[in-house]
Amino acid sequence: MFFRRFSLLLYALLIIIPMIVVVLTSIKTRQETFRNPLGLPEGGIDFTNYVSIFEEQTMAGYFVNSTIVTLFSVTFTLLFASMIAYGITRLNNWLGNVIFGLFTLGMMVPAQVSMVPLYSLMLNLGLTNSLLGLILVNIAVTLPIAVFILTGFMKTLPKELYEASTIDGAGNWKIFTKIVIPLSLPSLSATAIFLFVMHWNDLLYPLLFITDNAYKTLPLALLEFQGQYSTNYPMLFTGVVIASAPMVIAYIFLQRFFVAGMTAGAVKG
Amino acid sequence: MKASKTIYLFFIPGFILYAIFFLVPTVSALFYSFTDWDGLSASFQFVGFDNYSRAFTGDSIFRKTVGNNLKFMLVVVILQTLLALAFALIVIKNTKTNVLLRALYFFPTILSSVSVAFIWTFIYDPSLGILNQVLQLVGLDFLTQNWIGNADIAIYSLAITQVWFHAGQMLIIFVAGLQAIPKELYEVAEIEGANKWQAFRRVTWPLLAPSATIVVAYTTIQSFKAFDLVFAMTGGGPNNSTEIIATYIFDIAFRSYQFGYASSISVIFMVIIAIITYLQFKALRSDRISY
Repeated sequence: MFFRRFSLLLYALLIIIPMIVVVLTSIKTRQETFRNPLGLPEGGIDFTNYVSIFEEQTMAGYFVNSTIVTLFSVTFTLLFASMIAYGITRLNNWLGNVIFGLFTLGMMVPAQVSMVPLYSLMLNLGLTNSLLGLILVNIAVTLPIAVFILTGFMKTLPKELYEASTIDGAGNWKIFTKIVIPLSLPSLSATAIFLFVMHWNDLLYPLLFITDNAYKTLPLALLEFQGQYSTNYPMLFTGVVIASAPMVIAYIFLQRFFVAGMTAGAVKG
Repeated sequence: MKASKTIYLFFIPGFILYAIFFLVPTVSALFYSFTDWDGLSASFQFVGFDNYSRAFTGDSIFRKTVGNNLKFMLVVVILQTLLALAFALIVIKNTKTNVLLRALYFFPTILSSVSVAFIWTFIYDPSLGILNQVLQLVGLDFLTQNWIGNADIAIYSLAITQVWFHAGQMLIIFVAGLQAIPKELYEVAEIEGANKWQAFRRVTWPLLAPSATIVVAYTTIQSFKAFDLVFAMTGGGPNNSTEIIATYIFDIAFRSYQFGYASSISVIFMVIIAIITYLQFKALRSDRISY
């Protein structure tokens, strides 16, 4: 019993302590961090780092870019994936299975496999240094997992539902928007959260396609702070706090949904 | 009742994007793998299997990279799965404390890899880092290390970071799997005189096999894709000791502009993942029982 409690506490501390250190370091000066890396800030709470990071970097711009890319990527992945999931469910034949298989295949292939040809494709299409380019690629690469989760859910909806609506003269679009979407809300919200976390945190595609500061997203900007600030941990952690804040706040309020969403997506990461 | 023909329209927008930005690039990786394309010039030549024979016989860094990736995978898969399972067994009941603890353990999953990389670079920092300071505090000075600067251990330090990052997510999958096991089975086992270990071996483990399959398969794929973490923490160094296949592809493609060769490594990468995933599914399937 003691051993169990001790392990639980130890694991909890392994997560809590680094988080506290990050926040405390972000309100310390660099000299103080070198003198006393783990101590409390001597001068009390000081937001100088936060002010300077906004002055030295186009933080607000990165924030806006991340928000735009994430919102559009999540919305359109959800829309297109639920349309495909509906199509597969309604077809319910070999063709539906083939389409489902084709998308499932996409979950197994790591992004690094296609990144080389994808890069030259984006270059030829003029979609590098463009938020639109990021959004299009994001949608394409997260469709498989979203199709997988949503098809699994829609297949559990009773078939009589479609039959009754078809007899009533409702077309596919009407059945989809008026019946299937409202009934799929639990699955849609779980998928949405999973996609939010993935797109907000994505590094690979911005790293490949964006070189212009005007289009950088937070993870890429953060990565480049490393080159600029080196071992200036207070500045780096200020960046970490700012970049993580939206997800952390959302997690505190929507914990249950996050857990459901991130495990629904557990088949891919 | 069959759906009307308009159903085909539902596939169009998603499928077009998927084809252009995923299927075509993936298939053309195979095509480019037989060329000497540098990614910039308009022309290239077909070189047959040259890229592949170079990868298998002429490239010692690639061999090292595969080895690093396997080390990383083994440590992460074993440690993460055992840790997640052990803790899932402790916090399985839905008490207030357990729900809170699960939420806490899950927390790192929502952070970006770059943030996690910064946090752990600080933890591993040889002079400022928490890890070395704690070791000194408890009198284990001789264990202090340059955790990601020492080529012998850097890959394992990264593996630990990966486990910290994602164990909570696996824990939740195990909890869901464990909660789905009917309690009556444990009562029967107790009546039959089974001890705790026997109950685990005969009831929990076989019925947990589906969750275990998901966790192991997912963790494996994740460990091959740990690109961000490696890229942000060590960039593959020191001395290629933390270079994994994903970061190596990036390096040859975008730092030395050998797109053809990078494509052939990508294809090999895909085959390795397919084989490992297949073997795992086969191994874990055989352990499956239903009562």
